[in-house]
Amino acid sequence: MSKDLKITKGVNIPIKGKAEQLIGNADNAKVYAIKPTDFPGLFPKLHVREGDEVKAGDPLIYSKDDDRIQWTSPVSGEVIEIQRGDKRKMLAVKILADKEISYRAFPVEDPNSLDREAVVKRLIESGCWPFLRQRPYGTVASPDDTPKSIFISCVNTAPLGADQDFVVHGQAKLFQTGIDAIRKLTDGKVHLTVTGMSTPSEVYAKTKGVEIHKIHGPHPAGNVGYHIHKIDPIVRNGEIVWTLNPQDVIIIGRLFAEGKFDATRIIAFGGPEVKNPRYYRGLLGMQITPLLKDQVENENVRYISGNPLTGSRIDKDGFLGYYDQEFSVLEEGNQPEFFGWIKPGGNKFSISRSVFTWVFPKKELSLDTNMHGEERAFVVTGEYEKVFPFDIFPVQLLKSIMIEDVEQMEKLGIYELVEEDMALCEVVCTSKIPVQETLRQGLDLAKQELG
Amino acid sequence: MKFLQKTIEKFDPLFEKGGKYEKLYPLFDGFKTFAFVPEHTAHTGAHIRDGIDLKRTMITVVLALVPALIFGMWNVGYQHYLALGLAGEMSFIDNILFGAVKVLPMVVVSYGVGLAIEFGFCIYKGHQINEGYLVTGMLIPLIMPVDLPLWMLAVSVIFAVIIGKEVFGGTGMNILNPALTARVFAFFAYPTYMSGDKVWINTATKEGQSVVDGFSGATALGDLANAGTTQYSAMDMFMGFIPGSVGETSTLMILIGAFILILTGIGSWKIMFAGVLGALAMGGIFNVFAEYAISPEQQAFMAVPAWQQLILGGFAFGVVFMSTDPVSAAQTERGKWIYGFLVGFFAIMIRVFNPAYPEGIMLAILLMNVFAPLIDHYVVQANIKRRMKRAQVQTANA
Repeated sequence: MSKDLKITKGVNIPIKGKAEQLIGNADNAKVYAIKPTDFPGLFPKLHVREGDEVKAGDPLIYSKDDDRIQWTSPVSGEVIEIQRGDKRKMLAVKILADKEISYRAFPVEDPNSLDREAVVKRLIESGCWPFLRQRPYGTVASPDDTPKSIFISCVNTAPLGADQDFVVHGQAKLFQTGIDAIRKLTDGKVHLTVTGMSTPSEVYAKTKGVEIHKIHGPHPAGNVGYHIHKIDPIVRNGEIVWTLNPQDVIIIGRLFAEGKFDATRIIAFGGPEVKNPRYYRGLLGMQITPLLKDQVENENVRYISGNPLTGSRIDKDGFLGYYDQEFSVLEEGNQPEFFGWIKPGGNKFSISRSVFTWVFPKKELSLDTNMHGEERAFVVTGEYEKVFPFDIFPVQLLKSIMIEDVEQMEKLGIYELVEEDMALCEVVCTSKIPVQETLRQGLDLAKQELG
Repeated sequence: MKFLQKTIEKFDPLFEKGGKYEKLYPLFDGFKTFAFVPEHTAHTGAHIRDGIDLKRTMITVVLALVPALIFGMWNVGYQHYLALGLAGEMSFIDNILFGAVKVLPMVVVSYGVGLAIEFGFCIYKGHQINEGYLVTGMLIPLIMPVDLPLWMLAVSVIFAVIIGKEVFGGTGMNILNPALTARVFAFFAYPTYMSGDKVWINTATKEGQSVVDGFSGATALGDLANAGTTQYSAMDMFMGFIPGSVGETSTLMILIGAFILILTGIGSWKIMFAGVLGALAMGGIFNVFAEYAISPEQQAFMAVPAWQQLILGGFAFGVVFMSTDPVSAAQTERGKWIYGFLVGFFAIMIRVFNPAYPEGIMLAILLMNVFAPLIDHYVVQANIKRRMKRAQVQTANA
């Protein structure tokens, strides 16, 4: 049974460099990394030391708050560096990969024949557990919780986002196996949201044991937070929903069907600075370096793991984030612009018609990272609401976060949001308020005070 | 441009931390960012940002005010020569020139005094200079009578910027619209210069000139409030060939500004539209009950067709440019409908019921500025209740 969701509030940012639907050839990355910074609120502890040899699926780090939750190595090889930042904060565990990956062996089992406890145990020991994230707060799920439902968004509407139909192509069997395992985790439903704007992939349409919903409209139509908001919202403290990405369902499927932690993903590599944007096959935590060869010539660029709205900035030899399915390359907009605030338009995106880009609506823009202005107090009203489809007051919520009024944050709906849901608000903000950072501060505070 | 950029950068060390003029950094930064949008790149969150900023927002509003300003200058000259019986001999340029000589000093004083205070506060607080005054500084001269002495204008500006804005924390924090705060201050502090029938038209005469017989300097609105009739036709009022505050007379020019604001999305069409609806509602009610008014003058004023109330006095200017100020208006979308409607409703009510204050729109907007947070509060509470209700529905279904 499928239900349709339509949104009108939102916008597709017409950025140049969307990946063509081809799998490109590139050398395998030599170095891989697990970055504890990908997980908000995580306090990581080490299972390994520099110089240790690991197999794919061997644990690298675990969480101090719940030592059952562990992260395993995507490749076999040698732990070459534990990278640390200020105050010895752990930034990355880097592994130099063997030429041939050898896998730690797990039993091959049909998840349908297992009980919940066995599935949880397998997911935890293989390192697949952190693929499951919970709402509220967007943190790694806790094995002690039973979510009221699980959501998998099979639509990606973000600019330069990896096409979720393309990346699962031909993997229906593994996907179904993964779903079978995930179904064990909840007493409620598993919701799959697929695109309603074109024919969704067979992989999703033929999946059994799930409820399928179609979604229409511009970004953030593909954001799982919006689907939860419409289908099975989190209203009170204590209600929990889990989410994960379709490609990670396949990794879980592979774990049960083939008995190994093979974290292969299809990654979109795009952006205005990439010569031939396309997809590549790679592993979780891969280094970006092999993809850059002959593709990026400009030196003054920003490398991003993820899409330009929510991704994190990485170095030229940086790594793919744990949940990311894209590498994006944008020019750094670090040039002052003479009377830029009065110039009619140019190469800028805007939802306001005071920037004359709207005269050419079809044009794809080579957007850069310039702020186009300085941070100010909230002045303009009603602009977040144009790109924010939730039945939530975004500005009022942010203000309650700024004054640290936890009770008000709770009432205004902070449980239903994570950073990506408000990313467009940040993009369109006239006052250049750091929306995503503020929201995360609010989430951290709410988690601390309300649990 | 590179040359200018380098020249400016040369002065950087003087103003940076430890520099000789470190304290003046906000001022320096203000000028620098005025000339160049800075090279800042997104450091947290989204890596791409919208091309709009507060400077562009403010300059768009100023551009939307330009038609009203230019027409206002022409009309100052036209009304002057009309009063002297010379209108027939004067060209378009003569009118504009006379008006410019009268109006531009007001603009200069408004910007000069206001920006000086603004800069002073920024230096004192060590904040960056905010763009809010760019619009306020243009609005103030446009809502004042042409013959207001410049020192009174300056005092009003000082009051508006300090009491209306800075004590609350500057741009974005004020409760009342700063430009209207200036006007309401002048209105109550210097009533003889702000109302009546002597102030709207400059009647200074040179040698050999004299005011024509039977001249009345009253505005159309003033006429109606006092006598119930006016010599001006609806067309005159729409086009703006009537006495009044500098920028408020021409509904046509204000509509051009409204078009710019609505097209760019910078002014809220909801507030404007709701304001017009509110005024028509109140005007309509008056039309129905006109015959029950106590005096014949008021009967006549109440009988003025509701649509004509829209082109009288400062209503159009207030609704388009003042009530839409996003900081002092309601901030929720539903709140904007309520706020706008009540602005229009009260504007006409105050105008008709209290002939002492024919400029009802000023008091109506200020009143609604004060109520805007309350309106928002109830809109937000309704949202919270609705969201909580989903919990009950869910449990009922389960």
